[in-house]
Amino acid sequence: MFLGRVIGTVWSTRKDENLVGAKFLIVRQVDLKLKDKDNFVVAVDSVGAGEGEIVLVATGSSSRQTEFTKNKPVDAVIMAIVDKLDVPLKKNLQEQES
Amino acid sequence: MFLGRVIGNVWATQKYDALHSFKLMIVQPINGGNENIGDPIIAVDTVGAGSGEVVYYITASEAVIPLPVEMAPVDASIVGIVDSINLKS
Repeated sequence: MFLGRVIGTVWSTRKDENLVGAKFLIVRQVDLKLKDKDNFVVAVDSVGAGEGEIVLVATGSSSRQTEFTKNKPVDAVIMAIVDKLDVPLKKNLQEQES
Repeated sequence: MFLGRVIGNVWATQKYDALHSFKLMIVQPINGGNENIGDPIIAVDTVGAGSGEVVYYITASEAVIPLPVEMAPVDASIVGIVDSINLKS
């Protein structure tokens, strides 16, 4: 899974009929300091996330392992809303920067 | 399977229902020589790993298999704690 920040929603009327009722959010990947990275994904929401929240995104075939996305054409799903990151050794954060 | 070092954990109260009571760890992938490779990932802990420990983890849909639930949106999980690595040179 990777960390991301929800930066918006996607509205779509014409889509695969299996996806009717899905909530699509645009998620920008962030690092451990919550700084933005360059990757974006559109992910189906399974936890009720909202704009601005830090979330965890599962990708690939694993994202079809929820009640809603089972056997549906989905390859990214938001599966947790992050309250806090605990990284005890600051050294590990600094290495991120380089 | 890949080697990694647990460098922290993620607190998430609101998560997919089936994942309640599972720990989410921040794992820095490493090579056999204990050097960091690439960016950290988040993995579900199934073995009770703690911060600082070297572990091995699996990715993709296989990551759900070690969890005692039928379905869960998990694409990485820790499946073992490494005691030692024997590596020539």
